[in-house]
Amino acid sequence: MLGSLRPASSFREAGGVGSPRLLHPGAWWAWAIGCAVAASRTSNPLLLMLLVVASSVVVHCRRPDAPWSGSFRLFLRMGLAIIIVRVVLQVAFVAGQGNTVLMPMPGIVLPTWLAGIRLGGDITAEAMLTALYDGMRLAAIIICLGAANALASPSRLLKSVPAALYELGVSVVIALTFVPQLAADIERVQAARRLRGRPARGIRALAGAAMPVLEGALERSIALAAAMDSRGYGRSGHVPLSHRRAISTALLIGLVAVCLGTFGLLSAGIASWLSLTTVVLGSVTGIGAAWVAGRRQIRTSYRPDPWHMAEWCVLASGILAAGVFVACDMVGVTLSTATYPPEWPTLPLIAVAGIVVAASPAWTAPPTPVSRRSAPTPESVPA
Amino acid sequence: MIIFDHVTITYPESIQPVLRDVSITIPEGELVLVVGRTGSGKTTLLRAINGLVPHFTGGTMTGRVKIDGRATSTHAPRDLADLVGVVPQDPMSGFVTDTVEDELAYGMECLGLAPEVMRRRVEETLDLLGLVHVRSAPLRSLSGGQRQRVAIGAALTSHPKILVLDEPTSALDPGAAEDMLAVLHRLVHDLGVTVVMSEHRLERVVQYADLIVIVPGNGEQLQVGTPSDAMRVAPIAPPVVELGRLAGWHPLPLTVRDARRAAGPLRDLLVGHTPHLRPISTGARELVSLQSASVSYGSVRALCDVSMTLNSGEVVALMGRNGAGKSTLLQALVGIGPAPSGTVRVINKDPRGISSRNLLASVGLVPQEPADLLEATSVAEECRAADRDANVDAGTTRALLALMAPEIDDRMHPRDLSEGQRLLLVLCLVLAARPPLLLLDEPTRGLDYPTKARLARILSDLADAGHCIVLATHDVELVAEVADRVVILAEGEIVADGPTSDVVLSSPMFAPQVAKILSPQVWLTVDQVATALDSRDPIGAAG
Repeated sequence: MLGSLRPASSFREAGGVGSPRLLHPGAWWAWAIGCAVAASRTSNPLLLMLLVVASSVVVHCRRPDAPWSGSFRLFLRMGLAIIIVRVVLQVAFVAGQGNTVLMPMPGIVLPTWLAGIRLGGDITAEAMLTALYDGMRLAAIIICLGAANALASPSRLLKSVPAALYELGVSVVIALTFVPQLAADIERVQAARRLRGRPARGIRALAGAAMPVLEGALERSIALAAAMDSRGYGRSGHVPLSHRRAISTALLIGLVAVCLGTFGLLSAGIASWLSLTTVVLGSVTGIGAAWVAGRRQIRTSYRPDPWHMAEWCVLASGILAAGVFVACDMVGVTLSTATYPPEWPTLPLIAVAGIVVAASPAWTAPPTPVSRRSAPTPESVPA
Repeated sequence: MIIFDHVTITYPESIQPVLRDVSITIPEGELVLVVGRTGSGKTTLLRAINGLVPHFTGGTMTGRVKIDGRATSTHAPRDLADLVGVVPQDPMSGFVTDTVEDELAYGMECLGLAPEVMRRRVEETLDLLGLVHVRSAPLRSLSGGQRQRVAIGAALTSHPKILVLDEPTSALDPGAAEDMLAVLHRLVHDLGVTVVMSEHRLERVVQYADLIVIVPGNGEQLQVGTPSDAMRVAPIAPPVVELGRLAGWHPLPLTVRDARRAAGPLRDLLVGHTPHLRPISTGARELVSLQSASVSYGSVRALCDVSMTLNSGEVVALMGRNGAGKSTLLQALVGIGPAPSGTVRVINKDPRGISSRNLLASVGLVPQEPADLLEATSVAEECRAADRDANVDAGTTRALLALMAPEIDDRMHPRDLSEGQRLLLVLCLVLAARPPLLLLDEPTRGLDYPTKARLARILSDLADAGHCIVLATHDVELVAEVADRVVILAEGEIVADGPTSDVVLSSPMFAPQVAKILSPQVWLTVDQVATALDSRDPIGAAG
């Protein structure tokens, strides 16, 4: 599923730490998902912070020199925004639980015909801490995925996607690349407003910019679709329609089953044997359908990313980190920090060890190649 | 190889067909040039070759297009991908992947070629197009010329028998354009690829063509002929041909080299004459002053230590290769982009300190993408908005537009205008407030000769009226026609600054065709020569 799985004869020869190369994107995403799973199992602020530090260290050490790798900063900011929003929402709607009042505030409880929602109320330390930890957990998950985004762009991951999912993957990747493009367009059009002697900021400016920006985006997507079609995108062997529908349905069922099962595994309330069975059955259905569909595709892959020792190491560190946190939860090592009444977060050693493992790709992954963009180009030679 | 058999194409929601009853045959291994005015149907003709028209655009097509035996009516563009490679007008718009190597391989991946074959062809193509040193670079970081070559390479790796290019040199500086055309020439000669391309700047390409297809527009019959035949009658022609027609040379030369051989008698006739230059208005006042101005984008320096002054009544051309800092300089003069260090003064004010509402009273900029300035849904509405923005009497902008482009209808949607009409509309919107300083960024991209000539006249009139005009452009012929002064930028620094004839004549890259033909005499345009011949002796011109 993940490119060519060739056995590596030796660590060094397999391009382990020694030679600079780009790691298989699948390994990075698997690692990131492992870290995210670990983050989802804890509400301990210290552990969450350590996880964010670990992923930041890995990004710092192994980030390729490419335009998309700057996106990590954006994810960090997004994490911060999530925490703030979560805390503000807590203050606005569900403050007032607990005894340690930090700031007395008036509050009203809406009548029952308005769902009995409570607005405002005393701000208590308990409620604030719950919100803070909750926000930190979500932020940590987002930042872990952001790390994967910076380490391996989604379009590189696309190369390793099974053939049957390729077309779906293309639409996702194009949608993703449109976001930065759109931001650049908005900037350009706002600059253009100045050229017409209109204020470039404010609500009206944004509304005025919307039309040219959207038109531009639409034109560009049509141009891209035309270019892809002219280059043979979507050529395929002859597959009867009914056959194709059956494969798509099986794929969809498999995916939904995997999602539901994973949700069950991550949330505490559902029996884990049921969730596990659903995940396994879903994966088998999905992989089977993808395999059948992939055999019908004529598409080939140029220089597929190899899967060597270093990829196994990174993959293992992600799985190990997730495993440690899940296991801690099961055997009763407490990873959550109580807020009613508030207590100081502890630092379970076993979890810290898990985080150290999560940070290990900063050393085990091969260094990234140095970009040759600064090399002289024919254009820079004086005419 | 390519057969159009009584093809008529009508787009949806239009009554008139774009192409009517087209029957042409293009043999294998020819370099075919498609010429015609903007909006005449050139792009439609090109896109019909691989079936994008009508499969992708909609509309109806009668008749039959056959490509190497495959009819486009039964084959979708993707089923012709192994036969026809297409390079779109804006290469960036057609890129699917992030890096050069992946982009080159994309088409082959879709066709399902074996990995070893792909690897070999990518290496060959990198060599052929001189892209080895940027093979792993992100596409966004490439210069315009490199992007164009990647787009050609991406089309070539599938080994198509036909290569279709839509205005491949329109965004390139003269040097990059020549490199690109040399590559095409090599493909035709060494690999036997059939190349079909459209181009407005005939002076760049006409000498490479084997066949010329003239698309007159309005559904009129296409004319096909050899370059020398076609140029004799074509409504649009490069300066070398215009000069040949003026001097009555036979056979009509298409290259500067041929023209030089024939030009001896003409040079003799012109001895003792000097070109008629636009008189510089007296009492010019200083509008712009730059003192060691520098602009950086992050760690990249776009402008280094630029010092110059610009005066009213002057037409100044900014030249230099893609990425030399031309656009950055213009942006600094209207106060957008990163803050410059050093001093930038426009009419004694810092442009960054001028509020948007007062900006047009001092300086107006027509950007590279004029469409960015258009927001309304009709031409009339845009004009009214411009009147309000500029605080002038209602109808001022519309009157200006009627003067510059009388054919534009009030009710039209600005997006439906042709490239040239859109440029003129935006020019009017900017001019409504009569800014003393007018800046234009690449105004002739995609403009045909008649529109360009009209623009040149308008600019000269504005300069006579006391405006200072700055053009950033690659178009040497336009520069020869309108500019009084040329400033050449390289790597963000001024490397030459002086009167047009001094600067362009000293550089083979920037010299216009007429100058190359008549050197060592200093003639820049056909008009100058014609005026001199007229003043000398009316009969002399005919001989």
